[in-house]
Amino acid sequence: MSGTHPPLPRIRMSGRSFLALTLTPEAPLEDWLVALDHQITRSVGFFAGKPIILDLSMMQADTPNLAFLLPALKERGIRVIGIENGDRSWPAVAEWEWPESPVGGRSSGPITAPEEKPEGPPEPTTLLVEDPVRSGQHIVWPDGDIIILGAVASGAEVSAGGSIHVYGALRGRAIAGIGGHSNARIYTRNLAAELVAIDGFYATAEEMDPACTEKPAQVLLSGEALIFRPLP
Amino acid sequence: MAKVLVVTSGKGGVGKTTTSAALGAALAKTGQKVVLVDFDVGLRNLDLVMGAERRVVFDLINVIQGDANLAQALIKDKRIDTLSLLPASQTRDKDALTPEGVAKVIDELRKKFDWVICDSPAGIERGAQMAMHHADMAVIVTNPEVSSVRDSDRIIGMLDSTTEKAKSGKKIDKHLLLTRYDPQRAARGDMLATDDVLEILSIPLLGIIPESPDVLKASNVGAPVTIAEPESPPARAYAEAARRLLGEKVEVTIPTERKGLFDWLFKRRVS
Repeated sequence: MSGTHPPLPRIRMSGRSFLALTLTPEAPLEDWLVALDHQITRSVGFFAGKPIILDLSMMQADTPNLAFLLPALKERGIRVIGIENGDRSWPAVAEWEWPESPVGGRSSGPITAPEEKPEGPPEPTTLLVEDPVRSGQHIVWPDGDIIILGAVASGAEVSAGGSIHVYGALRGRAIAGIGGHSNARIYTRNLAAELVAIDGFYATAEEMDPACTEKPAQVLLSGEALIFRPLP
Repeated sequence: MAKVLVVTSGKGGVGKTTTSAALGAALAKTGQKVVLVDFDVGLRNLDLVMGAERRVVFDLINVIQGDANLAQALIKDKRIDTLSLLPASQTRDKDALTPEGVAKVIDELRKKFDWVICDSPAGIERGAQMAMHHADMAVIVTNPEVSSVRDSDRIIGMLDSTTEKAKSGKKIDKHLLLTRYDPQRAARGDMLATDDVLEILSIPLLGIIPESPDVLKASNVGAPVTIAEPESPPARAYAEAARRLLGEKVEVTIPTERKGLFDWLFKRRVS
């Protein structure tokens, strides 16, 4: 049977080049590792997943602690794919697993790791007002919530991008959710406001639910209506 | 160390000038060296209340502009020799008050007196701001009614933000003086209760001055009530307030007319 074989698939090949970094440790190794750690904290993720070639040209057979260099790099997540300029016959490196070094390669000059700020927790965006807000004062805080420990007097105005919390009596105006945050709310220990507004929807003192005034209450927006609810 | 005290309110007609004169005289009676400075340029009244209107030669604006020195402008009280008055100008307006000029005068007064009492004009404009600018302490004169309380609140906000002390991060000592307080109207609920006023303004209470015809009578004869009728209820209330300013602990009460038992019985029968 002279069966006809299906044609073998063509092997698709294309070139891809990676930039391997060459690390050249210097003696004393303890200091060099401390400097490396600083570099890692300043440039988070810079070494992650990058192929690294370890250049031992500045090491000697008797450099102290040389034996711990490769394990120390592994511990820091640095992937060594090749070792150059060392001598496998040095007793210090006898225990090392020497990776098969790729051959050739061109030096592309020194590289400076980019400085990045480590991403900390985001800045809190709440404004705390410890003094009473007096008549004629206007407090604007578009970045977030406002917490007021005292009272907001008649004739004072407080505007927040987020919610407004008043631990004293709210007798002035409270305007929450400026900039279109309909989830913002207004909370107070004593609702006696001249005007409350959330995301542009407002109610004057006359339009407020009398069941909620002069007592602890919250104001929220439901659809296009301001809802007044007592607070426990 | 001299203290600069501003008597202020925001609203007009609540009793700033009466209070400046009565408190100043009460302080001076205790031996403190006191000067009353009238900042109501253009509408001066303090000279009348002090009975010094016929002795005014130079005034605050003359001193600020260098036309006269302080010694020429100060009027010494004839009844209490530790009490002096620096009158305002009636012919100028409040624009003549310059921050540098006021600072210079206040600095000079600090050297000569224990208390510099600045009688602020009504309003929140230049005159009131100049009067409060250098203050260490403030007496906020408030009547127990809503508009006066709101205006006082506004003034307290300004004391905490625009004065020299506030700008250097310190706080002015603020005291509330409730004036024109009528115990009978308060009992009927026609006036704001003291506790409500204190809760709204949240500053300590210096005293409660009862409404009394003695105050008007005293003003008309050109004497602070603490000099003209020292035993009257308002005068006693002012004297107690002055003692509190000097740091004494005196419980706040509302002085009333001292009436005999028969007066009291008779009144009850009639009503």
